[in-house]
Amino acid sequence: MTRLVELTISEALNKLDAGEITSVELTQAHLDQINTLDHTIKAFITVTPELALEQARQADELRAQGIKKPLLGIPLAIKDVLSTKGVETTCASKILKGYVPLFDATCVARLYEAGMVMLGKLNMDEFAMGSSTENSAFFNTLNPWDLERVPGGSSGGSGAAVAALMCMGALGTDTGGSIRLPGSFCGITALKPSYGRVSRYGLIAYGSSLDCAGPMTRTVEDAARLLQVMAGHDPLDSTSMPDPVPDYLAALTGDIRGLKIGIPKEYFVEGMQPEVESAVRVAIDKLQELGAQIVEISLPHTEYSLPVYYLVATSEASANLARFDGIRYGSPVQGEDMWDTYRKTRGQGFGDEVKRRIMLGTYALSAGYYDAFYGKATQVRALIKRDFEQAFQTVDLIVAPTSPSVAFKLGENVADPLQMYLADVLTIAVNLGGVCGISVPCGFGMGNMPIGLQLIGPALGEDVLLRAAHAYQTATEWHKSLPPLVQV
Amino acid sequence: MSEWTPIIGLEVHAEMLTRSKMFSACPVVDSVEAAPNTAVDPLSLGMPGTLPVINQLAMEYGLMVGLALNCEIPPFNQFARKSYFYPDLPKGYQISQYQYPLAVNGYIDITLENGDIKRIGITRAHMEEDTGKLTHVGHGASLVDYNRAGVPLLEIVSEPDIRSSAEAEAYARKLRAILQYLGVNHGDMSKGILRFEANVSVMHKDDKGFRTRTEIKNLNSIRSMVRAIDYEIARQIKLYESGDTVKPATLGWDEQNGKILIQRYKERADEYRYFPEPDLPIVEMQPEYVESVRQKLPELPDAKKARFMDVLGLSEYDARQLVAEQAIAHFYEDVLAAGADAKSAANWILVSLFSLFNKEGVDRETVNDTPISAANLAELVKLVDSGTINKGTGEKVLSMMWQTGDSPQAIVEREGLAQVSDEAVIGAEVDKVLAANAGLVDRFLAGEQKLFGALVGKVMGAFKGRANAQVVNKILQDKINERKS
Repeated sequence: MTRLVELTISEALNKLDAGEITSVELTQAHLDQINTLDHTIKAFITVTPELALEQARQADELRAQGIKKPLLGIPLAIKDVLSTKGVETTCASKILKGYVPLFDATCVARLYEAGMVMLGKLNMDEFAMGSSTENSAFFNTLNPWDLERVPGGSSGGSGAAVAALMCMGALGTDTGGSIRLPGSFCGITALKPSYGRVSRYGLIAYGSSLDCAGPMTRTVEDAARLLQVMAGHDPLDSTSMPDPVPDYLAALTGDIRGLKIGIPKEYFVEGMQPEVESAVRVAIDKLQELGAQIVEISLPHTEYSLPVYYLVATSEASANLARFDGIRYGSPVQGEDMWDTYRKTRGQGFGDEVKRRIMLGTYALSAGYYDAFYGKATQVRALIKRDFEQAFQTVDLIVAPTSPSVAFKLGENVADPLQMYLADVLTIAVNLGGVCGISVPCGFGMGNMPIGLQLIGPALGEDVLLRAAHAYQTATEWHKSLPPLVQV
Repeated sequence: MSEWTPIIGLEVHAEMLTRSKMFSACPVVDSVEAAPNTAVDPLSLGMPGTLPVINQLAMEYGLMVGLALNCEIPPFNQFARKSYFYPDLPKGYQISQYQYPLAVNGYIDITLENGDIKRIGITRAHMEEDTGKLTHVGHGASLVDYNRAGVPLLEIVSEPDIRSSAEAEAYARKLRAILQYLGVNHGDMSKGILRFEANVSVMHKDDKGFRTRTEIKNLNSIRSMVRAIDYEIARQIKLYESGDTVKPATLGWDEQNGKILIQRYKERADEYRYFPEPDLPIVEMQPEYVESVRQKLPELPDAKKARFMDVLGLSEYDARQLVAEQAIAHFYEDVLAAGADAKSAANWILVSLFSLFNKEGVDRETVNDTPISAANLAELVKLVDSGTINKGTGEKVLSMMWQTGDSPQAIVEREGLAQVSDEAVIGAEVDKVLAANAGLVDRFLAGEQKLFGALVGKVMGAFKGRANAQVVNKILQDKINERKS
C-alpha cells in the first residue's frame, strides 16, 4: 500500500470520501514526516501540530455528517509571508518576530473554508526577496534532492516541504519567479496565477503590482484544486479581478490537440545548462506529439525584464517596508530617542538583501531620479506587457525553461547578488506582464537535479495553462519521481 | 501706502464627514471625545498585508466640494504614496493624490470690505487620508492615537492671490460656509476637523518675482489665522527692512502669547518620493456621474444670496450677512416658512437677534440651540407687523423669549402687552395729557416744535409704551390743531 504522505490530494480525497482513511491519520502522517525530516530540511518556521490535529478531527466529524468541502481534511502548509490569524507570521524576518496577525489572508481563509488542515508556516527569503531562501533571517532550507543545494526561492520552504512529502501542497508567493523557481528546483508543480486572480489581502507586500499567491503541489490536478478555492474577486483587494472563476478541474480534459504553443527565442539564453535546454526541447516535442502546434515567437523586450523588475519591485518595496518600525507590532530595538529607535529597529531587524532593495527603491524614487528610473521602468514594463499581448494574439500558450540552471549549491551565489538575480531571468517577465505561468518537472540535469518546464498563459488563462500542463503530466512520469531522501 | 504687498496662499485640510474611513470600514469618531485607539482596525494601524479600498462616499463628497469651488474635474484621478517616517503615519506613507488630483482650476469669489468682489483661484483639491495624532507627555515620551488615522481628508490649495489678512479671513469664511452648506464638514477648527495653513511672503514694489515664503501651521481659529498672518507679514517686512532675509521655514502660531514660533527651517525641498499607489486602481470620473452629482448639489451661499436679493428683495448687505453662516441662513428660511415677512424677518435677525447674541455671547452657528425658535421669532415678527404690539414692545418680548423660551403670543397675553390702537381710548388719554400740560401746549403753539415729542411721550407713558405710536401721533396732532383753530 502507498504511504499516506505519497498520496496526491486527489487520491487522498477519494480515500477520505470512501472512508478508507481519516484526516487525523493523514495529518498525523505528515506531522510524522515533518518530525523525521524537517530537522534536516528546515522547511518550516512554525509547525502547528495541535491546531492541525484539531482541524483534522473537525474535518473527520464534518465528513461523517455528510458535509462536502473541496479540500476537507487535506493537510497543507503556508508560506510565512501570508497572514494566518493566531499563528505567528514573520516573513522570515527578525523585525516581525513575535507578530501574530489578527486576520487570515483571504486566500488562507478560503482554504480554511474549503476544509484545509494547516500544518504550519514555511521558510522563505526574508520578505520574499531572494532566489534561494538563503536570505531567511532564521536558517537555510535545504533541497530534498541534494542537501548541499538550495531549494530555490523565495518560496523555498514551500518547494522543499512539498518535495519532501511534509505537506500535500503549499502556498507560495511569486513576485519575480518565487513560486516557479523553487518549483523547478524541487521537482514539483508550481503555479503563479495571473495578477489579480487571487486576492493579495493578507499577503505581506513586497512588490505590490507584482505579488501573487499560488499553489505548489505534486500534480497539476492538485494545483487546479487549490486554485479553484483561492481564486476570485475579493472586495478587500481593489486589484483583484472581478471575472468569474472557471471550473479548473473540468478544464483538465487531457486534450491539447490544435493548441498553439509559442517558443520565445529570447528564452533560450546564453549560459543555459545544456541538460536544461535538451530536457525542455524534449518536453516541447512531447507537447507536439500530444497534438499541440509549436511555433517560434519573439518577446522582444525580454532583455529589459531584469532591470525593470529591480526598479519596480524595489521602489514598491521601499514604501511597503516603511511600516516596519517596531512601534505597533514586531520586534523593536529601543534607542535613545524616537529616530534612534527607528534606526536601531530597522538597522538590526532587516537583513542585508532587504536593506539593499530598500535602498535601491528609495534611490529610484528620489526627486531628480524618478523619471530616469521608476518612470522609465514603468514605460518599459508597458512594452513587456505588450509583448505578451501581441504574442497571445497568435498563440495560446508560451513554453520555455523555468530557470537556465538546476538548483545551485548553498553559498554559491551569496557573494554576488547580480548572479543570484539571474536565476529569475526567465520568470520575471511573466510578473511584469501580469500573465500566468506554471512550472512542471520535465527531467533531471546536473547532479540528478530536477529541471522545470515553464508554460505561460495569457491573463486569466489559467484554464488553458492547466489543461496543457496536465496533459503533459498525464503523458510523462517526471512528476512522480521522489527525492531519494523520502523514498522508503 | 506701504512699499510692501503681502502674498498669501491658503492650504486647507477638511475632513470629509463619512461614517467610515477613507480606505476601510473602520468607523470615524470624534477624535477629541473618543478614547484613544478605540476606532482602529488592521488597516488604520498599518498592519502588514492590509490593503486600501476607496470610500466611494468620500470621493463623492470631494467631488461635491470640487464642483462647488468651480473646479474642473479631470476625467480621472489617481492615488499616490507620499513617504515619510513619523509615528503618526502607521504605514510610513500617506495615501494621497499627486500628479492627478480630483479637482483643478477653481475659484472662490469673496466680498472685500469696500463691497468689491475679488476672485481667489483654487489650484487644486485632492483626496487623502488623515494621520494619527501625537501627544507629547514630557520626559521625552509621546503617545500616539490612531483614531484619526485614515479619516478621509480633502486638501484644498489656493493660488497665492490673497493680499491681506482680511482677504484671507473672507476666503476662509466663505470656504468654510461652502463646506457646511454641502454637509461634508461642520467647520470645527478647534477639533481640527477643518485646518488652515497659510503660506506668506511679502513683495516689494520694485520686485519682479516672489520672495521666500513661510508656512504657518497650528491655526485653531479664523481669528488666530488673521493674527498670525498679520504678525508674519510684519515680521518679514521688519527683517527685510533691517537688511536681513527671510528663511524658508515652517512656523507655528502660539495663540496664548500671540506670536510666531519657528518650528523648523527647511534647508531643502521635502523629499516625499511620490509614486502611484499600486494597491488602488485609477479612479475614472464619468461625465454622467459628475453631472449627476452637480445636479444634486444643494443651494450654495452665492446662489442663496442672489435669491434673497432677487426674489425676497433684500439688500446685498443683508443677504450677504444672512448667508454667511449656514445655520443663520437656514434659521432665516425657517422663519420665513413660518409665515414672517422677508424684510422684517431679516431685520429682526440681523439687528435685534444678533445684538442679543452679542450681549449673551452666543455663537451664531448655535442659533438653533437657543430658547428662541424660528417659529417663535416668526410669530414675533407677525405680531409687530400686524400692529398687535409695537416695535419697542417687540424688543422687550424678544428678551423675555430669550429668558423663558415662551412663545411671544403667550408673553404678550400674560404681560398684557398688546398694543392699544382704539382711537377713543387714546383720544381720552390725549385729552387728559393736554389738560394737564397746558403750559407745554402753549409753548408748542408758540413755535417750540420739539415739544410735540414730549407730549407724545407723556401719552405713551400713560399706556406704558403699548399705545400705537401712529395713532397717538395722529390724534395728538388733530387735537392740538383743534385748539389752534
